[in-house]
Amino acid sequence: MPHPHTIIGKPARRVDALGKVTGTAKFAEDYSVAHQLFGKVLRATQPHARILRIDTLKAAQLDGVEAVLTADDIPGEKAFGIVIKNQAILALDRVRYLGDGVALVAARTKEIAERASALIEVEYDPLSVVSDPEEALKPDAPKIHGDDNTFVHHKVRKGDITKGFAEADFIIERRFKTQFVEHSYIEPEAVLAEPLEHGGVRITGSVQNLFSSRRSVAAALTLDLNKVQIIQSTLGGSFGGKDEVMTSMCCRAALLAMRTGKPVKMVNTREESFLESYKRHPYVMEYRWGGKNDGSITAMEIRCIADGGAYASMSPFVTWRSAVQATGPYYCENVKTDVYAVYTNNNYTGAMRGFGSPQVNFAIESMMDELAERVGKDPLEIRLQNGFERGALTATGQRLNHTVSLKEVLTRAAHEIGFQEKWSRYRNAPDGAKKRGIGIACSYRGVSLGAEGADAAGAIVSVQTDGSVIVSAGITDMGQGAQTQMSQIAAEVLGISMDRVQFLNTNTSGVPDSGPTVASRGTIMGGSAAKNAAETVRVSLIAAASEMTGLPADTLDLREDYLVDASTGERLSTFSELAAECFRQGKPLYGFGWHKSPKTSWHDEEGRGEAYFTFVYGANIAEVEVDTETGKVDVIDFVSAHDVGKAINRNTVLGQFYGGAAMGLGYGLLEEFEIEDARPKQLNFDEYLLPTSMDVPRIHPIIVENEDAAGPYGAKSVGEPTNEIAAPAVVNAIFNATGKRVFELPANLERVLLGHALRRTSDRGAVLKDSANDAESCKTRRSRE
Amino acid sequence: MTRVTVKTTINHRKYELAPDPNQTLLDILREELGLTGTKRGCEIGQCGACTVLIDGRAANSCLVLAPQIDGKEILTVEGLASDGRLHPLQESFMDHDAVHCGFCTPGMLMSAKDLLDHAPHPSEEEIRVGISGNLCRCTGYVQIVDAIHDAAERLGKKERIEN
Ligand code: FES
Ligand code: FES
Repeated sequence: MPHPHTIIGKPARRVDALGKVTGTAKFAEDYSVAHQLFGKVLRATQPHARILRIDTLKAAQLDGVEAVLTADDIPGEKAFGIVIKNQAILALDRVRYLGDGVALVAARTKEIAERASALIEVEYDPLSVVSDPEEALKPDAPKIHGDDNTFVHHKVRKGDITKGFAEADFIIERRFKTQFVEHSYIEPEAVLAEPLEHGGVRITGSVQNLFSSRRSVAAALTLDLNKVQIIQSTLGGSFGGKDEVMTSMCCRAALLAMRTGKPVKMVNTREESFLESYKRHPYVMEYRWGGKNDGSITAMEIRCIADGGAYASMSPFVTWRSAVQATGPYYCENVKTDVYAVYTNNNYTGAMRGFGSPQVNFAIESMMDELAERVGKDPLEIRLQNGFERGALTATGQRLNHTVSLKEVLTRAAHEIGFQEKWSRYRNAPDGAKKRGIGIACSYRGVSLGAEGADAAGAIVSVQTDGSVIVSAGITDMGQGAQTQMSQIAAEVLGISMDRVQFLNTNTSGVPDSGPTVASRGTIMGGSAAKNAAETVRVSLIAAASEMTGLPADTLDLREDYLVDASTGERLSTFSELAAECFRQGKPLYGFGWHKSPKTSWHDEEGRGEAYFTFVYGANIAEVEVDTETGKVDVIDFVSAHDVGKAINRNTVLGQFYGGAAMGLGYGLLEEFEIEDARPKQLNFDEYLLPTSMDVPRIHPIIVENEDAAGPYGAKSVGEPTNEIAAPAVVNAIFNATGKRVFELPANLERVLLGHALRRTSDRGAVLKDSANDAESCKTRRSRE
Repeated sequence: MTRVTVKTTINHRKYELAPDPNQTLLDILREELGLTGTKRGCEIGQCGACTVLIDGRAANSCLVLAPQIDGKEILTVEGLASDGRLHPLQESFMDHDAVHCGFCTPGMLMSAKDLLDHAPHPSEEEIRVGISGNLCRCTGYVQIVDAIHDAAERLGKKERIEN
């Protein structure tokens, strides 16, 4: 019985907000139990070395120490990995980066654990280090695993680039570089592992992807999956970052707990978190485009090298997304894309919000502006000319059979801020100390995992006999509001108010394996599963209602906490009475919902396929003021337009718009985790700069809604797209202001002012980092004069 | 280490404690008193997750040592609601969706309370300065700024009604 939505599309308070504003919400470190021990990891002191000897005797003898363990003490699989199992829980015979764990201590207090770990003696035989991904490709580079540092090569092939370049009037060739980025969830990693009464272990902690962490713990401890229970504590941010780093923490804490028979708590300090956790991949990107004088593109040749760091982690998936999306949402008949991931002795790199798109989007959107410049068009014009429409054939040969709203988001964003007028005014402004500029960037993004992997999720909706409701799901909440959205969907289906719904934190023993909460699949997958689950319960309720009232099922409806006669609107009973009646009749009040995504496909060798079942489209515009004397860039205005399909909760969608843009601005202007000779330079927020309230401007959000058949109520995804185009919008704005293009992120003072980065040395002062595009940026400048 | 005696008031309740002199207020709150609402994010005074009020002013509790709280009045997020009623800031943070993961929230609320207690009608700029020592990775600050604005209005209204 269709009636307008009462909850979907409305701004509902978050289901977990009250605990978070009163301080009762429990984050991982807030869990403590009697007689718990404190676990501590001894980490490598060499970025690349063979381990000759580990002596734990002195540490073990210290009063208060209950266990000291090394890799030898792991009963089962000693390494884990989602694609390639080469990440050791504790170093076996070799360390590969400074974050590697070598030994573990469990002691009665934190202080004793620290003292004990300092007493462990490790003798290393240092190996040569490789810290630069391009160096790592050379034949004589030190090898990190096996005999080839290249562990991923994805390709995309379409048409014939030789022909494409031959048809071109000109060729634009540019090289771009991006940096390591720390996820910077404000909550550091923590777990509490407790031995269970009937064998096995329960882990409560800040874990993002509970099911993959559980698999690794079970394999390490040779336990069945049902003997390993992982419960997600309220997660203080993740952004893709609490996956493998948490898997190793779970494995380590569980080992200590099983060995000592006591609960073990482990918490990373911020320094440990920076040192050990994985980062966003730095990319080196070579883009070569053939263009025509009318502004069309005849060929794209793209080569990207991703620094995978010491372990494979999610690199194969992250770089695959880069390969699929490397051309941007633009028509081009002839494409050749190669994306490689290589091992180095740096922090390993993995999933981070955006997942391989922020890097290529920086390159694509910079190229697009270079193309506009070359043919004398403005940035909006060139994008509208080349941008995809419904029915377009992507670089991977996929036909876009949904509403392709690229031009809609572009024009709405441009209209909001008066883009074209400002762009030409700023471009022609006289020189001055402060110069303004405006820049635009857009993208398309495949939703969910795509051909990366099996894509299904489950949820449970259970109505209690008093009419209150419990929702639980395998999709986890990291602060993005997944719990609230799933609760809203269940409430909408059941015609009840949100305050009846209680959401349970995910527990691996209570809900089915739903894969990882990544790739902005929370809404579309978790939401669809919750909808299916609630619909199952609804059928029971309506059947019971029909029996109770004697009215046919199809005239009955659930609305605003009542059972109603849909034809008259008359209220027949309260939802609570109906729930009790259902129980009396012995009808199930429990619904399990499962959602499996539509089919996708990928041909590795041919480099093409139906990569994703649907896509989202977005456009960002940044307006900046550049201080031409210091290189400082202030973002003074920002527009973010995204097609989200349908906003299930307007507030949480806006929250993603703002938070995503802020993170994207940090990527574009501030954040850089520097590693030199495999040694990180920043280990806390004093030197690693996050955007503060003074750095993020007011953001004008434009929510575009073209409902998509693939998602619940038409919803698609929002978390990642909002994060992936802020940086290029800013860089393009800097170009508009100064006539100088930044080819390396972040566009910090020295890159904006000098065109290259400064590097700190141990003996103070700064030295220059070579920049391949210096000559290029000079050329661009000249051509504008 | 010889312990020190510290008399202090925390969330309107008097305590006599005997901490190590090098223990931080953050540790005392979390480990000794079980007040885990105050969060640990960096321990070097950079993130603001540990912000509490000391004699009404916001301070990073990770930088405050035990002897420094002797004779002081401390308010943490657990003490923000009074007589079972939420503080207007708590209400407005929920209404504006200023709470995402919530890890920065306790510290944000305390910084915001300091701000509103001393500047009841802050401009947007003043609000931004007021919370500039509190890092939030989730929200982009927009909804937090709006929530503080709104709380200021609610407090103003309350005052008018009470007078
Ligand atoms: S924990 Fe005190 S400022 Fe970060
Ligand atoms: S809400 Fe997550 S850090 Fe602020």
